Amino acid sequence: MNLKAVDARLLNFILLIALLLVLVLVVNVGAVDIHLGKALDDAWHHRASIESLIFFDIRLPRALLAALVGATLGLAGAALQGLLRNPLAEPGIIGVSNGAALGAVIVFYYGFAGFAWFVLPLAGLLGALLAVLLIFLLVGQSRSIITLILAGVAINAIGGALIALALNFAASPYAMQEILFWLLGSVANRSFREVQIALPFMLLGWAMMLYCGRFLNALTLGEDTAKSLGFDVVRLRLVLILGVAASVGAAVSVAGNIGFIGLVVPHLVRPFVGYEPRRLLFASALVGAILLLLADVAVQSMSATTEMKLGVITSLVGAPFFLLLILKSRNTLQ
Amino acid sequence: MSLLSATGVDYSIDRISILNAIDFQLEPGELVGLIGPNGAGKSSLLRLLTGIEAPDRGEIQIDGQLLTDISPQQRARILGYLVQGAQAYWPFSVEKVVGLGRIPYQKWWRQSSAEDQSKIDQALQMTETLAYRNRIVTTLSGGEQTLVMLARIFATENQLILADEPVAALDPYHQLHVMEILRQHASGQRAAVVVLHDLSLAARFCDRLYLLSHGKLDCCGSVTEVLTGENIARVYGVDCQIECNEKGVSVTPLNRISEHHP
Repeated sequence: MNLKAVDARLLNFILLIALLLVLVLVVNVGAVDIHLGKALDDAWHHRASIESLIFFDIRLPRALLAALVGATLGLAGAALQGLLRNPLAEPGIIGVSNGAALGAVIVFYYGFAGFAWFVLPLAGLLGALLAVLLIFLLVGQSRSIITLILAGVAINAIGGALIALALNFAASPYAMQEILFWLLGSVANRSFREVQIALPFMLLGWAMMLYCGRFLNALTLGEDTAKSLGFDVVRLRLVLILGVAASVGAAVSVAGNIGFIGLVVPHLVRPFVGYEPRRLLFASALVGAILLLLADVAVQSMSATTEMKLGVITSLVGAPFFLLLILKSRNTLQ
Repeated sequence: MSLLSATGVDYSIDRISILNAIDFQLEPGELVGLIGPNGAGKSSLLRLLTGIEAPDRGEIQIDGQLLTDISPQQRARILGYLVQGAQAYWPFSVEKVVGLGRIPYQKWWRQSSAEDQSKIDQALQMTETLAYRNRIVTTLSGGEQTLVMLARIFATENQLILADEPVAALDPYHQLHVMEILRQHASGQRAAVVVLHDLSLAARFCDRLYLLSHGKLDCCGSVTEVLTGENIARVYGVDCQIECNEKGVSVTPLNRISEHHP
């Protein structure tokens, strides 16, 4: 693809406007038609009404969560692809996603989820943290990026195996269904409490990843050149991975596993930013948010007795789209 | 005082000794060649001099200051390192690759400045790569890519350039072009160190040579002192024809010495 890179500020401005438009669109879509003006007016005058309830307790947290999770996945995908200099990297590769999922699955398995609303996301975060600790125990100060990837693959496999074990011995078909549905990924039926618990970790992770932008640009010429340009490669690698872990761990904890956003979005955006890893970060976050919001609109507008899970539609659309992208850009990729 | 010096440097990787008691000096205006067989430790010495690896023992100094006492950013402004076979992983434009040379002057939140752009233009001009500034670097030939990587270093305006086999795998035209650029750079307060396999190029362009063998310094000195038939036979294990004329020294390897086991 020979697209001319768009001016950085212009691109980010367009994407921000698009994100706001999509957000407005999303809060207007749902099972019930509500009048947005009335909802805001009621809330402003502290009048309890169905409209304001639907808007503030159902639609807004759902939309915000979709945007936050989408931004996290897009940003983390772009950051990891830059760090590993591998266009196949996605946020799950360092094992955090399965770690977080395992934490959540254990909560479902033992039926702790009903104790308090925060048990589930907290367990997810603990799982993600455990996965990262394991990675650093295994990899430590190793110079090799390959060791890091392999450790991530191994931890992913362990997480996957334990999840399978939990499914195998699930106490009842209901518990099993609960686990399976949660694993598919969704932002339905969430409240501001989930946003509150995930947001600090996401913001922290975003800041850490964005901090590494110039380092990722320098890595384009290899680790030795990056070092000679004054970057502490080992330290910055750690900052970036912890940033991915914190934000993706938080995202999976509140929304389950949502695939392909982290993999596809950077590919989509790259030609527009002149393949520059640093500029890719922010733009990928915005596009990730927009795409996940649109996917959630699609999920909600399909009328069916069982709502399609968000993670299902991102994979259904994402996978063939990814294949198409690869076929189109195979000449520019080495 | 030397611009760049190493004193009694030992270096090992996974307890295997790579370099042993190396002393090295680079004076202002010099182009110094590091030569020696494969695995002699040339690249390792260059990495130590650049500061991207640290020696086990011994000291590396820039202008009398310990390399470890200089901040990485400051070091990056003084020392430019050209990696062997440097390549870009993403399809960057030539201008963007050269722009990476401005990183040591940029704060992480700032966009690049007008000064950055003028330095980039200058660097492109110096390496005669202005014509393909908008080309994708991965589509250029090996010789053109090396020139672009050199332009990246010139954009930083490094006082010292350390280049690891910059002319390996280049055609004669580009070999001469790259060596001429390095030669031009090494004047006044500036200097360069270059790892070379081509002894004739080393003889023609370098002021002094360091001949390494099995991680030790075999000998150093002027071209005629180092490039003797005896030295080359001992270190490389080949018989050579060495010709001196008004255009300089040329070295032609003739045959391997059978009892030599490098």
